[in-house]
Amino acid sequence: MTSTLTPTRTELNVTPRFPGMKVTQARVIKSEWTKFRSLRSTLITLLVSVALTVGLGALISAVTASHWAQASPADRADFNAVVTSLNGVNISQLAVGVLGVLLISGEYATGMIRASLTAVPKRLPVLWAKLGVFAAVVGALSVISTFAAFFLGQSLLSSKNLNVSISSPNALRMVLGAAVYLVLVGIIGMALGGLFRNTAAGISSLVAVFFVIPPILGLLPKSWSDRIGPYLPSNAGEAFWGHPTGSHLAALTGLLVLCAWAAAAVAAAAVRLKERDA
Amino acid sequence: MIEVSGLTKRYGDKTAVNDLTFTVKPGIVTGFLGPNGAGKSTTMRMIAGLDEPTSGSVRVNAADYRRAHVPMAELGILLEAKAVHTSRSAYNHLLALAQTNGVPRSRVAEVIDLVGLAEVARKRAGGFSLGMGQRLGIASALLGDPQTIVLDEPINGLDPEGILWVRNLLKGLAAEGRTVFISSHLMTEMALTAHHLIVVGRGELIADLDVEEFVALASTNVIMVRSPQATQLRDLLLGPDVTITSREAGLLEVRGVSAETIGDLAFDHQIRLHGLAVQQASLEDAFMEMTRDSVEFHAHTTTAHTTTAHTTTAHTGDQSGNQSGAPTRVAQTAGESR
Repeated sequence: MTSTLTPTRTELNVTPRFPGMKVTQARVIKSEWTKFRSLRSTLITLLVSVALTVGLGALISAVTASHWAQASPADRADFNAVVTSLNGVNISQLAVGVLGVLLISGEYATGMIRASLTAVPKRLPVLWAKLGVFAAVVGALSVISTFAAFFLGQSLLSSKNLNVSISSPNALRMVLGAAVYLVLVGIIGMALGGLFRNTAAGISSLVAVFFVIPPILGLLPKSWSDRIGPYLPSNAGEAFWGHPTGSHLAALTGLLVLCAWAAAAVAAAAVRLKERDA
Repeated sequence: MIEVSGLTKRYGDKTAVNDLTFTVKPGIVTGFLGPNGAGKSTTMRMIAGLDEPTSGSVRVNAADYRRAHVPMAELGILLEAKAVHTSRSAYNHLLALAQTNGVPRSRVAEVIDLVGLAEVARKRAGGFSLGMGQRLGIASALLGDPQTIVLDEPINGLDPEGILWVRNLLKGLAAEGRTVFISSHLMTEMALTAHHLIVVGRGELIADLDVEEFVALASTNVIMVRSPQATQLRDLLLGPDVTITSREAGLLEVRGVSAETIGDLAFDHQIRLHGLAVQQASLEDAFMEMTRDSVEFHAHTTTAHTTTAHTTTAHTGDQSGNQSGAPTRVAQTAGESR
C-alpha cells in the first residue's frame, strides 16, 4: 500500500458535505477579490496612486502655464501638453508597483500564503487570480485617473492656450497608454513580490528597475545607452505614453517590449511559486 | 488516512526529516510527538503539499493532495504560526478561503460559532491573542468539513477551558470517522487526547504505538538506591532485564528490579543502604528520555543491554576521579515497539 507512489484513485472517496464543492479559477478570483477589498492599506494605496496621477499632473500643468512667459526656447520646444498633464504617472507608478509587490510579499510575511496554497494546492490559480484582480482594479482606476489628469491638466494649460483636445494626434493613445503602463508596472511589481517573497527585496528591485538603472545607463558610453536604453521597461513604457519623439522605440514596439518584460517576470514568478517550497 | 512513506526532507546539508514511514488511521486521534526541531512541522508541511519531499511520498486519503480537486473536503490543516493576514478580519479571512473551494458563506458563520469567535469575527485578526489565533486556525481547518484534519500544536496558547474544548472537538471529529493528526511537544496532553502516538526525534521515527503502550512503558518504576558500596551492589543487580544508571557516586538508578529484591539482596550481602526510594517516572520524563536518546538508541538497537552494562561500568568505575560531567543516560526505550 505504501509502496504505491502514484495515486491510483480515480474517484473521490471523500464526499464533500457541500454540493458543488471544487476549486475553479473563477472561485479563486472571487476569493482574491475578497482578500483585495478587505485590506484597508490596499484601498489607501490605490487612492494615493489616483491622487498622484491627477494631482501631480494638475500641479505641473498649472506651474508650466504660470511660468510659460519665462520658459526658455528649449523648454518650449520640448513642451508637450499631453505629457505635461500625465506627468503624475511617473510617481504614481511607484505606488502601483509597490502595491503589486505587497499584495504577494505581504502573504509571505504574515504566513497567509500557507493558508492560500493549502486551500488551492495546485498553486498557479492563486497567482493568476491575484494578477487578474489587481490588473482589473488598477486598469479601471488608472483609466479614470489618466483621463481626469488629462482633462484637468488641459483646462489649467488653457489659460495660456497651451491645451490640446483629446482628439489631437496621439492624445488618446497617450492617455490610454499611461493607464496600460500603470497596469503593467503593477503586474511587474506583483511578479517581483512573488519572485523575492520579501517586501524589502521586491520594492528595492522595483525601484532599481524603474528609477535607478535608467539614469545609471546614461553614464555609459552613448553608443551603449542608445542601444540598450530604449528597451528598459520605463523607457519602453514612455514610448507609448510619453513624448512621441526622441530616441524611443515606436509606440507599438514599446508596448510589446514592456509586455515582454511583464510576461518574463510573471513566468519567473510562476515557476518559483510552482517549484519551490512555500 | 495519511500514509507517509520513506519521507525525507533536506535543507541544504541539514536533514530535517529522515526516512519517516507511518500511517495515520481514520477514526482515532493520532498524536505526533517530538521535541522542538524534531521535524514535526516539516512533516506536516509536506502532508499539506507546501514543501516538496527530497525523497519518499505522502498520500492523503489515498491520493496526492497537490492534485486534489476538492482540497478543503480532503484536508483541513492548521500550521504552527498564524497563517492569517494581520490586517484582515477573521470573517473575511475565512470567507476568502471558503470561496476558493466553493464552501458556502453559511459555513463560514457556522465555523466561527463553533470555535467561539462570533464576537470578534469582524475585528482585525492581527489583534488576536494566541488562543484566539489558534481558534481561528482551527476554524479555517474545519471550513471544508474535511475527511482528514492536521493540526500543528493546536493546544499552544489556549487556556484550560480552551484545551478541554479542543480535546473534545478532536475526539468528536475522530468519532465521526475522520483522520485526526495533531502535533505536540507535551506528552501529558497527548496522553489525554490521543489514542495513538507517532514519536519522532531529530527527524527520525522513534516510536509508533498506542498511548496505552506508551503509558505502560513509562510507568516502569525507577528505584533510587544510595549506598557507600554502590559498585558492589551494581555488580550483584546486573542482569538481562536490568538497567542501571549512575549520575553521581554512590547513587544508582535501577530499573527492572523491585525495591524488595534490592533490599533483600543488600541485606544478604551485608551491603549498607543509605537510601532506597521508588520513583514513578512521569509521562513527560519517559517522553524526554525516549527522544533525547533517540540517536544513541538507534545505534545500539541489538546490543542495548550490553551497552547498558558497559556504560554503567565505565561510569561507576571512575567514581574516584569522575571527569565525565554529563550523567550517563541509558534508555530502555520503545525499542520493543519497532
